[in-house]
Amino acid sequence: MDKVMRLASEKDVVVFSKSSCCLCYAITILFQELGVTSTVHEIDQDPEGREMEKTLVRLGCNAPVPAIFVGGRLVGSTNEVMSLHLSGGLIPMLKPYQTWC
Amino acid sequence: MPFSNLPLLVYIYQIWEEEGIEAIETWNVGEQQELEGDEESKLSIALDINSTCAKVAFFIISKSMNSPTPQFVPSRLGIYEPIHQIGIWGENFKSNGNPNTSTSVIVEVDNKLENESETTSHEMLTASKNYEQEASKPIDKIQRRLAQNREAARKSRLRKKAYVQQLENSRLKLIQLEQELQRARQQGLYMGGVLEGSHIGFSGTVNSGIAAFEMEYGRWVDVQHRQICELRTALNAHISDIELRILVESGIGHYFELFRMKSTVAKADVFYVISGVWKTSAERFFSWIGGFRPSELLKVLVPQLDPLTEQQILEVCNLKQSCQQAEDALSQGMEKLQETVSSTVAGGPVDEVSYIPQVATAMEKLEALVSFVNQADHLRQETLQQMSRILTTCQAARGLLALGEYFHRLRALSTLWATRPPEPSLP
Repeated sequence: MDKVMRLASEKDVVVFSKSSCCLCYAITILFQELGVTSTVHEIDQDPEGREMEKTLVRLGCNAPVPAIFVGGRLVGSTNEVMSLHLSGGLIPMLKPYQTWC
Repeated sequence: MPFSNLPLLVYIYQIWEEEGIEAIETWNVGEQQELEGDEESKLSIALDINSTCAKVAFFIISKSMNSPTPQFVPSRLGIYEPIHQIGIWGENFKSNGNPNTSTSVIVEVDNKLENESETTSHEMLTASKNYEQEASKPIDKIQRRLAQNREAARKSRLRKKAYVQQLENSRLKLIQLEQELQRARQQGLYMGGVLEGSHIGFSGTVNSGIAAFEMEYGRWVDVQHRQICELRTALNAHISDIELRILVESGIGHYFELFRMKSTVAKADVFYVISGVWKTSAERFFSWIGGFRPSELLKVLVPQLDPLTEQQILEVCNLKQSCQQAEDALSQGMEKLQETVSSTVAGGPVDEVSYIPQVATAMEKLEALVSFVNQADHLRQETLQQMSRILTTCQAARGLLALGEYFHRLRALSTLWATRPPEPSLP
């Protein structure tokens, strides 16, 4: 629990992923499109990966990855991010963290 | 000349104007033979009866002095159908048994293959010499027979109506079956591609999920068509907003039902969904991750929704952009998946016979395809939901009609394309 929350609050936009997960990749592409640099943690490469996976599921994610945190708060999985984006709620949420280089 | 061996029960009722004679004949006929009719108002039917009955020919001349236009259009009897349903002129027939100004012919046949239109009902039958023997029947018996005949005629009319209804249903069913057959054929082609080079037989378990989906999808399309017609009627009739809302909700719900169905069959065989083989060819042309592209959907809808308020225009614009961005993200994710699977399959030394590890790993990676299909459908669902939120009830109804009609036309295009005449081959 701690590691997940710690990592989640370290950076603005955090995506928990797995190295082979292409859906996670798609999410990072979307954030890129919206001018946000996301920090990706591949939990299958982490020694505490199994614990982190359990934590994410316990937090309410259907699939452990991708799990997206914005400003330290859990947004959800792909479904939630997509719904939020189409309803126009994602960009306002990301606004403080947008970095256009 | 074609014959039929179906037994017929033939009732013939006739009134001669001058003689005031009524004759009723009942015959069992084993066969029926068609004869040509001339252009006068008489046709003759020779009924070849089986060995148990005598040969009979009937003849009735019709005189219709009441109607200005000739009621009796001579027509050739259907030669292949053994039965001819002949209508009656109920309005001309007087129930009090008085000699009528016109003759009525009722030929009622007790057979399932009744057909023919009203034009063939105006057929005349040639009276036989046997009929003349009946001329001296007592009046009350005649009255009874008249009533019986009226009743028989009424039942005959009802049967004919039921039969025509049955024919119409059969025709629709035939069209449906043909479409299903075409889909099954396409699936056969697809499946043939899968089995190429493999010795694995076609497993029944995969097929049953697909077979179930095929059936359900066929029904889904029918319901869709019905809903479109209802929407069209409702919009033209300017029904209340509340009633329209019900139609809109059920229309959107119907699409959601499709996404549920697709989710189920994707678990059985995700390649089936992605291939789009369950759709018609023109629809497949526009396919994106197993369905229509949400941004395309918006392009089809928006022109049909004018006039939109400023606020609505802004929201639709934002929705379009979000859709596009989400689609791009998913598309790139799919590309990444392709690369991953490709490099996995291609990996490892080729000079070794065993490729099992590579293929097994690739199998794992392909599982991700199900998530992509689900995400694509989720995107479609969200797009529909957002549009429903942005639009008024009336606009939403028009939008649904436009969308449904668009897919209906694509399907028609596919059918037309499939049935176009073949190119003449060059010498």
